[in-house]
Amino acid sequence: MKARVQVMLKNGVLDPQGEAVRHALGALGFDGVKGVRQGKVIELDLDAGATEADVTAMCEKLLANTVIESYSVEMI
Amino acid sequence: MHAAVVVFPGSNCDRDLAVAFKAAGAQVSMVWHKDSSLPAGVDIVGIPGGFSFGDYLRCGAIAANSPICRSVAEHAGRGGYVLGVCNGFQVLTETGLLPGALLRNAGLKYICQTVGLKVETSQSAYTEGYNAGDVIDIPIAHHDGNYFADDETIARLQGDDRIAFTYTDNPNGARADIAGILSENRRVLGMMPHPERAADPVHGGTDGQALFRALAGALVKA
Repeated sequence: MKARVQVMLKNGVLDPQGEAVRHALGALGFDGVKGVRQGKVIELDLDAGATEADVTAMCEKLLANTVIESYSVEMI
Repeated sequence: MHAAVVVFPGSNCDRDLAVAFKAAGAQVSMVWHKDSSLPAGVDIVGIPGGFSFGDYLRCGAIAANSPICRSVAEHAGRGGYVLGVCNGFQVLTETGLLPGALLRNAGLKYICQTVGLKVETSQSAYTEGYNAGDVIDIPIAHHDGNYFADDETIARLQGDDRIAFTYTDNPNGARADIAGILSENRRVLGMMPHPERAADPVHGGTDGQALFRALAGALVKA
């Protein structure tokens, strides 16, 4: 069983890397990109029987820093 | 004063911090991250700069969950002193001993230079060797030193006089120019600049010496 965790900076937290990507896209001629937010995806290979609650606990404890980041969990 | 300096894989300022503590008269023990307890009689724990665990996941996140950090949290819970410098500051926010978080520098670049720091309060064992309002020169060397906390937290830090140092010319986008903050009981200090790199004439500056000397003075009295 696998889980996919997506971690993003919260809205309102400046994402300088996303901004730099947006500028670079503009320089390459890709007009019309109003904003870029960069996050990360973490894939977990889990024992059978693992639950979404287990993965949520992992996010709260380690995978995300909830002061600055939000996360979402997808069991796949 | 008995100081313990924690060493993680990737720490690179641990010995500099130990030298600064010793120069101020401390007995220093080096502690490995896998150790589950601090040596008996430790007054202050130093969490050094560097790149603990390669900055994997987030700066300081893996270190904050290492066995020794549980003991460091207990030490702080008992009213013990903890000084976190640079990566050490990141570790302290990740453990929750200090509020907020350190984001990537606003300009995206790693910055290595000496900066002006304004001493915002002399009301702590760390800063009582300075006068509030003093401007001191201390080096920074970081990629993720952009201090972030929500409005409420920033207001609380300001209202409780817990901002220890601010940048005179904000190099990294930190909110309220914050370079270092104190815990509620004023015994835990986290700061991005490196006072241990300005603690000997051969460093090219000695403005950090007063921090270690004040600490030694306060902890001898205690």
